[in-house]
Amino acid sequence: MQIIQSDVVIVGGGGAGLRAAIAASERDSRLRVALVSKVVPMRSHTVAAEGGAAAVTRTDDSLQYHFDDTVAGGDWLCDQSVVEYFVAHSHEELVRLEHWGCPWGRQPDGHINVRYFGGMKVPRTWYAADRSGFHILHTLFQTSHKYPGIKRYDEYFCVELLVDDGHLRGVLAIEIATGEFVVFEAPSVVLATGGVGRVFRQNTNAGTVTGDGMGLAFRAGVPLRDMEFMQYHPTCLPGTGILMTEACRGEGAVLTNKDGYRYLQDYGLGPIDPWPRPKAMELGPRDRLSQAFWHEMKKGRTFMTPGGPAVNLDLRHLGAKRIHERLPLIAEAAKTFSGVDAVKEPIPVCPAVHYMMGGILTNVRCETTLPGLYAAGECASVGIHGANRLGSNSLTELVVFGRVAGEQAAQFALAAPRRAGSVLRQAQPVADRLLAMLNTEKGERLATVRDEMRLSMEAGAGIYRKQETLQETCRKLVELRGRYRNGIRLDDRGRAFNTEWLTAIELRNMLEVAQAIAHSALERRESRGAHQRLDHETRDDENFLKHSLACSRGEEEPRIEYMPVTITKSSPRARVYGGEGKQVVLT
Amino acid sequence: MNGKANSTIAIECLRYDPQADETPRYQTYEIPFTDEMSVLEGLQYIKDHLDGSLTFRWSCRMAICGSCGGMVNGVPRLSCETFLRDYYPEGLRLEPLTHFPIQRDLAVDQTDFLVKLRSIKPYIIPEAPKPVSEGTFLQTPQQLDEYYQYSQCINCLLCYAACPQYGLDREFTGPGALALLHRYNADSRDAGKAERMGLVNADEGVWGCTLVSYCSEVCPKGVDPARAVNQNKVESTKDYFMRFVAPRRNR
Repeated sequence: MQIIQSDVVIVGGGGAGLRAAIAASERDSRLRVALVSKVVPMRSHTVAAEGGAAAVTRTDDSLQYHFDDTVAGGDWLCDQSVVEYFVAHSHEELVRLEHWGCPWGRQPDGHINVRYFGGMKVPRTWYAADRSGFHILHTLFQTSHKYPGIKRYDEYFCVELLVDDGHLRGVLAIEIATGEFVVFEAPSVVLATGGVGRVFRQNTNAGTVTGDGMGLAFRAGVPLRDMEFMQYHPTCLPGTGILMTEACRGEGAVLTNKDGYRYLQDYGLGPIDPWPRPKAMELGPRDRLSQAFWHEMKKGRTFMTPGGPAVNLDLRHLGAKRIHERLPLIAEAAKTFSGVDAVKEPIPVCPAVHYMMGGILTNVRCETTLPGLYAAGECASVGIHGANRLGSNSLTELVVFGRVAGEQAAQFALAAPRRAGSVLRQAQPVADRLLAMLNTEKGERLATVRDEMRLSMEAGAGIYRKQETLQETCRKLVELRGRYRNGIRLDDRGRAFNTEWLTAIELRNMLEVAQAIAHSALERRESRGAHQRLDHETRDDENFLKHSLACSRGEEEPRIEYMPVTITKSSPRARVYGGEGKQVVLT
Repeated sequence: MNGKANSTIAIECLRYDPQADETPRYQTYEIPFTDEMSVLEGLQYIKDHLDGSLTFRWSCRMAICGSCGGMVNGVPRLSCETFLRDYYPEGLRLEPLTHFPIQRDLAVDQTDFLVKLRSIKPYIIPEAPKPVSEGTFLQTPQQLDEYYQYSQCINCLLCYAACPQYGLDREFTGPGALALLHRYNADSRDAGKAERMGLVNADEGVWGCTLVSYCSEVCPKGVDPARAVNQNKVESTKDYFMRFVAPRRNR
């Protein structure tokens, strides 16, 4: 087995991983930074982010406003000291992306333009048309070529963290092209592997979003925090789940039900007028909008499409020019994937699983509980999203905390003593176990187990939850893990470019992380942000103003523990949207 | 509509495993057909239910990640935004992108493009270092328009499969990388044009292009690499004459 020596290993080549790699290399250009990704970096899911990235920019905005919007948006489950760091460093990181070439939208005089997103008091979303994630990713990827210290390992799939008596030694990976095992040995590792949306049936996520890093950390004993908070994005194409960005509404689009009625006014987001105004109606937060859809569906006020029930996302009044200038990808995707001309017709949309607010527990320095292991981006829970993420905060998170993770990991590597003894002692048994999967003669098809997991997660841990259905999902996941252990029979027995084998390895991560989600949700007997319980309808600060921690117990179901929320200056109060307010001009 | 209940469609796929096969072969799969299904969804159906060994890349399934390019009846396309209904009832043939070595089945080796991308210095080379504390560069919407189109390349490599010149000569830098080279040269924040002109002028640079423009026809994002290449022919000609009248900087 090949062993590649590095100083910092970064797992994942999306926005957070690339920013971490650049930060580590800038910290000390002599460091050997290995950027290991299961896809070539520009294929990473950051590419599909559309709307934009938040940072306080206008003179009528302030760090306090960004902080308040984020903490209220998160239903007071954010770690406020971390939010303070985040809002204070957002602007400089977006400026840095600008210097590196990101084609941000501009005002006529050449300054950055910003737009509204849901839950924002003042517009602060930097955008590059509606391809913001695409441009951020390509800017970072292309810029990474400037740094000779960064060595890329494209299409290497990480399968296990190598831990020797509590000390991190590196990661074990499979070189996809050959199927050979490779050890990346390094004192520090940054996990930047993205989310886990693919454990649900209908989702906005790319096929690669399978919770790999969460699974690796979980098995190595690092807790997963706040996993019950899975965000449904309210406006996606039924069937495929393809995202119709919140920027549609930021630009002025409205939502109507089958009767052409702007139903959000019935769910604490009205009145309609004066329109538009911040934090009201269609500019409300994602959790509230997805929940309103669910109620409309129950009332029979949605309409049926081949992909399921839907409401209308209506852009027509924006006019062809603004739609093509500000929302070109949306117009293109609606046409291609739904056959709808957004200039002439409303787009049928419904909620779909979009973003994991929780993740690998870290502090503000992106340190996990395992020395040398860092995490950043969607796979991490650094503490800024709480129970519901505000749109535009996650792209900024990638660069703010990607940088922190890279710098901290570099610092750790510079100071860490090298451990003696061969790392193969940890690697070989894992490789042997994974190789045995290629020879399983009896067992089920991979897709059978995967699809049952997805349906069960949607049924039990969807927009609204209750004890019985969550318990059923927990039971189902135990059954599916058992069936997985009994054997998945692969058609493909070769090693070279065996994507069926890799998908089967991903499925193990997904099943374990799905259990963390379902059990965290079962134990949280209150409704907060994206976690809504039909049997516990209100927020319960007395018992649940705390983070959940899912801790792995190997083949057993996870144990759920709790830790306090850091509150510095904003005490929990009622979370209010809609109501009175002044009309604003959308920029 | 042509989507009949219980109807099926035949997908013929090129199969090749360099470790096991002497030469590529074709295998036909019969799959259920609906009007909404993309070619990618057809491939996923095969992988899930019929043959887990069929190998192809995919990720975003919304035409932005650039993973799923292939030849559909001989034409370079993204499989996620190509629909089975356009090939019904005759069926369709899928092959890997031409002009690239086959890694396995429909997956090609992208290394050559990645090397070329590095060679064009795909990053802003500023006139002078600019501290972040100074804020952003000013760039008007008109200046943004100068390069924005070329920044939309998703690196899907369809243009390389379309380019007859690249098929003949692998040294040719090719449409995608040259479009990105132009993207940086045309950016008001960049001062690295002189550093990139060597590559533009070289045999494998813009003069390799024989003006077929099929690259622009197949581009799923309207990048128009042919236009970028031809603008650089003008630049390259100017650059040739300028060297007689002015001493070169940054050579």
